[in-house]
Amino acid sequence: MAMLEVRDLHTSFFTPAGEVKAVNGVSFNLDSGKVLGIVGESGSGKSVTAYSVLQILTHPGRIVSGSIKFNGQELVDAGESVMRTIRGNKISIIFQDPMTSLNPVYTIGNQLTEAILLHTDRNKEQAKQRAVEMLELVGINEPEKRLRQYPYELSGGMRQRVMIAMALACEPDILIADEPTTALDVTIQAQILELMQDLQKKLGMAIIMITHDLGVIASLCDEVIVMYAGSVCERGTADAIFYHPAHEYTKGLMRSIPSIDDDERERLVPITGTPIDLLNMPAGCPFAPRCDNAMKVCLTGRAKEVRVGRDHLSACWMNVKEGSERGVIRTDEEGQITAIDLEGNMDVTAEGGSAQ
Amino acid sequence: MSENLLEVKNLKEYFPINTGFLRTTPLKAVDDVSFTIGRGETLGLVGESGCGKSTVGRTILHLYKPTAGQVIFDGKLVGPDTIKEYRRRAQIVFQDPYSSLNPRLTVADIVGEPLDVNKLYKSKKERSERILELLGTVGISSEQMTRYAHEFSGGQRQRIGIARALASRPEFIVCDEPVSALDVSIQAQVINMFEDLQRQFGLSYLFIAHDLSVVKHISNRIAVMYLGHIVEIAEANELYHHAVHPYTISLLSAVPVPDPERARASQRIVLEGDVPSPLHMPSGCPFRTRCSRATDKCAESCPQLAEVAPGHMAACHNL
Ligand SMILES: Nc1ncnc2c1ncn2[C@@H]1O[C@H](COP(=O)(O)OP(=O)(O)OP(=O)(O)O)[C@@H](O)[C@H]1O
Ligand SMILES: Nc1ncnc2c1ncn2[C@@H]1O[C@H](COP(=O)(O)OP(=O)(O)OP(=O)(O)O)[C@@H](O)[C@H]1O
Ligand code: SF4
Ligand code: SF4
Ligand SMILES: [Mg+2]
Ligand SMILES: [Mg+2]
Repeated sequence: MAMLEVRDLHTSFFTPAGEVKAVNGVSFNLDSGKVLGIVGESGSGKSVTAYSVLQILTHPGRIVSGSIKFNGQELVDAGESVMRTIRGNKISIIFQDPMTSLNPVYTIGNQLTEAILLHTDRNKEQAKQRAVEMLELVGINEPEKRLRQYPYELSGGMRQRVMIAMALACEPDILIADEPTTALDVTIQAQILELMQDLQKKLGMAIIMITHDLGVIASLCDEVIVMYAGSVCERGTADAIFYHPAHEYTKGLMRSIPSIDDDERERLVPITGTPIDLLNMPAGCPFAPRCDNAMKVCLTGRAKEVRVGRDHLSACWMNVKEGSERGVIRTDEEGQITAIDLEGNMDVTAEGGSAQ
Repeated sequence: MSENLLEVKNLKEYFPINTGFLRTTPLKAVDDVSFTIGRGETLGLVGESGCGKSTVGRTILHLYKPTAGQVIFDGKLVGPDTIKEYRRRAQIVFQDPYSSLNPRLTVADIVGEPLDVNKLYKSKKERSERILELLGTVGISSEQMTRYAHEFSGGQRQRIGIARALASRPEFIVCDEPVSALDVSIQAQVINMFEDLQRQFGLSYLFIAHDLSVVKHISNRIAVMYLGHIVEIAEANELYHHAVHPYTISLLSAVPVPDPERARASQRIVLEGDVPSPLHMPSGCPFRTRCSRATDKCAESCPQLAEVAPGHMAACHNL
């Protein structure tokens, strides 16, 4: 049993315009001491997945179906009183937007010591000491003075580090880091990442690292999941995802990375087209309108996750096609899978995954 | 018409900080910074978190009143007489896509606001067409324009902020971390968009970002800041290949590469020593508390920018 097991999670926002299907059947496991990276398009549901785990969705959002188990305990519909014992203590989050998650009318010190008092059994004096210690650990100078300042008096990166200090101060089992280092320069980023890795090793803390920074993903993650339009389109080890991307979206993502070694300033190659409208999800592959290799079958149904390598799954009809060409997957004329050679290196995942 | 669109001379921005009962200490967020930006040029600005990059951006736009120094735009000193015109021609895309968008306005009205303020349309129809065009430029669809900012993801909000900055057809834009909230594909789209707009309209940018690959890609020249000072400035490739300042060198060594094998093998120079506080600046060179090359001289006087190669300046005593 993994520490955290998310199965077929569906989360929607019920807006006046209709149901925005932000998360569409996401599954993953997280073991203690591991780092899971989540990458994917902006708006693909990474943050909403994280908020669902903690059940801190804002109105009109709610979990529609699925299961989230923490150490075997079901969290979906567990109720506020249970969630309150989980949030901050067991699972804590570094929010993507440090300004809205820090209260502008309280000082940094106030908020930090409050959080520590709430989630640990330290007394007031110890909590303050811990606050100073944590600020030092995240590289904030003169922590005693900073404790007296208000959020607007700090730079973007400092606010983010205060958030990080707050999340780590309570020594959680799982840290969800939603874009924790985007506002940080690379030297401080390196310092924070090292701090996280340190806690991960010392305390067996697991990390869900949500980030657009593929450099961070490459250097930190054991496993990576790639999301598109609320679903997992590919998952595997960092090496598998970076060196052998299998899903057409992931391939496009990898092509868009600017290279620091490029002196010629070649024009970047983004994925063309616009993101899918989550109000009107197509029956087929949500990436089809932007995919250069889209086939007929892509418009009618979603591909299941198939194994494309060791520890590497991808949900793309291209992979099914390649599998059938190699004779490890058999399909009917509609392209639907009818048989799979489980001895070959391709099989439909038993996990269910994102495919429906 | 002068060659430089923007000229910043000896700019200082000090914030008064409460340090006790009725006592304030100046926090020297920006301390004597000078640079120029040519027409159609992009100057990249990088440096440690809290070193004053956003403050430079905001102060040159006079969103903060400069403590000292001058900003000269298109040959004219920015002051009370010129500020209104300057505000239209110089815009900013903010670092924080969350707090910088008014939560009470629809996306269409957020983007329309600068049009209203500067009266840039003749009819309602023209206004909405322009809004549609602007949102289209940044890839937000027309169905989404009646929604509110909180209904969008981080990256989508950032693009709304960019559309708003473009609305008054500015000539100069301070881009304060405009792509750090975006995924690499949309980041590539937005960077291409910035480059196209630049080519089309001759726009100039001050481009603040942490991602050095992005900065190197988009900038003609790059300035490196440390604790309120510019410590090195050079043409982009020159800076990347021939950085001389010890801080720049450590910065470049810490760039995370999107390649697992190289990431595992990379040798980061992790800076030792405390990050000094802008409230208590070290004497002499601001970097000396963490510099491996520091000597006695570094504590005595602050090194000035000096040319080390044509167009390449650095501020260090021990090069
Ligand atoms: N309150 C809300 N009302 C309606 N739709 C919402 C709301 N919050 C989020 N969404 C939608 O849910 C989708 C997923 O959003 P989410 O914030 O999870 O994206 P993300 O993957 O974290 O993106 P980013 O990388 O830009 O942060 C988006 O398309 C967004 O528009
Ligand atoms: N309104 C303010 N009042 C007081 N101090 C401020 C204010 N704004 C910024 N500062 C201080 O000025 C310094 C520089 O801040 P600034 O936001 O310019 O940094 P930055 O280089 O943009 O950092 P980051 O990369 O983290 O965004 C910091 O020490 C910050 O605390
Ligand atoms: S399933 Fe089809 S449309 Fe979707 S990414 Fe794969 S090839 Fe492209
Ligand atoms: S002047 Fe001295 S302390 Fe400053 S960067 Fe140069 S060697 Fe280091
Ligand atoms: Mg997000
Ligand atoms: Mg800033």
